[in-house]
Amino acid sequence: MGYDRNIAKASLWQASVAIFLKDWKSELRTRYAISALVMFVVTTISIILFALGSEGASVSALSGMLWVAVFFAAMSGLSRTFVAEEERGTSMTLQLVASPTAVLFGKLMFNLVLVVCLNAFVVLLYSAFISEFVIRTYSIFVVTVLLGSIGFAAAATIIAAIIARANTKGTLYPVLAFPILLPLLLTVINGTRLATEGAFFEEALGEFNILVSYIVAVVAVSYILFDYIWKD
Amino acid sequence: MTLELSGRNLKKGFNRRVIFERISFSLKPRQTLLITGPNGSGKSTLIKIISGVLTPTDGQVVAQRSESTAVPQMHSIIGLVSPYLQMYDEFSPRENLQFALSVRNMKSSFHSVSPLLEKLQLKGRLDDPVKTFSSGMKQRVKYAFALIHQPPILILDEPMANLDADGIELVKELMHEQLHEGLLVVATNDITDVDRHDQQVTLGI
Repeated sequence: MGYDRNIAKASLWQASVAIFLKDWKSELRTRYAISALVMFVVTTISIILFALGSEGASVSALSGMLWVAVFFAAMSGLSRTFVAEEERGTSMTLQLVASPTAVLFGKLMFNLVLVVCLNAFVVLLYSAFISEFVIRTYSIFVVTVLLGSIGFAAAATIIAAIIARANTKGTLYPVLAFPILLPLLLTVINGTRLATEGAFFEEALGEFNILVSYIVAVVAVSYILFDYIWKD
Repeated sequence: MTLELSGRNLKKGFNRRVIFERISFSLKPRQTLLITGPNGSGKSTLIKIISGVLTPTDGQVVAQRSESTAVPQMHSIIGLVSPYLQMYDEFSPRENLQFALSVRNMKSSFHSVSPLLEKLQLKGRLDDPVKTFSSGMKQRVKYAFALIHQPPILILDEPMANLDADGIELVKELMHEQLHEGLLVVATNDITDVDRHDQQVTLGI
C-alpha cells in the first residue's frame, strides 16, 4: 500500500486553503450566508434612509450607523460557516480529514472574504444613497475597513465555533458577539469618523494600533482554544 | 512501515453516567478488533474515541509506527465509515473525494483511486449530487471517502448498514484487503459481519 507515500502531511496552509475552497464552493451553490448578508444590508440601509428622511445627520452619527449595518449583517451570515457543518452533520467528517488548526484558519479565510465583500457592499450603498457621508481621508478609511474586517472575521469565526453546538444559536450569536466586538466597533467607528473629518493619517495611528492588538489577541486566543471547542 | 494501535484504560462518562471504563486493547498490523454490545452500550462512543474525534474521560488511544517514536496525526492514518458520518450532500462524490484528497495534499492522486471507485460501483454517478443518492449508495460513497487515502487503520461502525447482498460481499472483500498490511476495527451487533477477529471488546449496559 505504500503508507509512507500516502500518509501525506499536508501543510497547514494547503489544508486551510482546501477547507476555504470547499466552503466557498458550498456557499456559491447554497447561497445561505450571501443571501442573508445582502438582505440585512439592504434592509438596514433602507431603514436608515427612512429614519433620516430629508434631515441630515452628523458625520459621527453616520459613521456609527455604517458599522451598525455591518454588525447586524455580519451577525446574520458569519455564523453559517460552523453552524452549517453542525446542521448537516459534517463536523465529524471535517474532523476526520483535517487538523483543528487547519479548520480554524480555513473558516477564518472564508469569513474574511465574506466580511470584505460585505464591507465593500455596505460602503458602496452608503456612499450612493447618503450624500452627507463623504470620505475626506481615504487612507484612514481603507486601513480602518481592512483592519476592521480582519478583526470582525477573527472574532466572528471563534464565536461561531462556540455557539455552533448550542440549541439557541440564533439568539446566542449576537449576544455573545456584542461584548467581544465592542472594543473593535468603538475603534472602527472612531477611525471612520476621523476619515470623514479629513484628519491626517498620523492622527489615526492610535486606532490602528488598537485594531492590530485586537486582531493579534483574538487570533492567538482562538488558536489556543479551538482544539477544545472543536473536539468535544 | 508497520503501525500499532492501542487503547489504554479507556473510560468515558457523560456528566455522572459512566458509559464504559477500563477498556484496553493493543492491535498489531493485520489484526482485527471487534467491538460488540447491545444498543446503548457505547460502541459508537468507543469508535469515536478511537477515531480521535472524541476525548476519553480517562485513558488514551495511541497509534504509533514501530520504527518511529513520532505519533502521527489521527486524521492522516484512519478511515472511518459509520451511520452518523455525513458526506457533503450538495457536492458530488467526485467533489467530496477531491476535497478529502486536497485537504491531505494528495490532489494529484485522484486518478489512482479509479479501481476503488469501480469496485464500489460509483463511477457511473461520480458527478451526481450526493443528496440524490439512496442510503445504500451513500454508504458506498462513505467507503470511498474512508479508503481514498489508503489509511493504515480502517474503522467501521455497523459496516453492513444499508447495503444489499452485493454491497455486503464488497465490504467483506474490502475488510480482507485492509488486513494485507493494515489494522481493522469493527463495531457491530452482528458478529457474523467479520470472518475472524484477534481481539474483542464486549460492552455492557
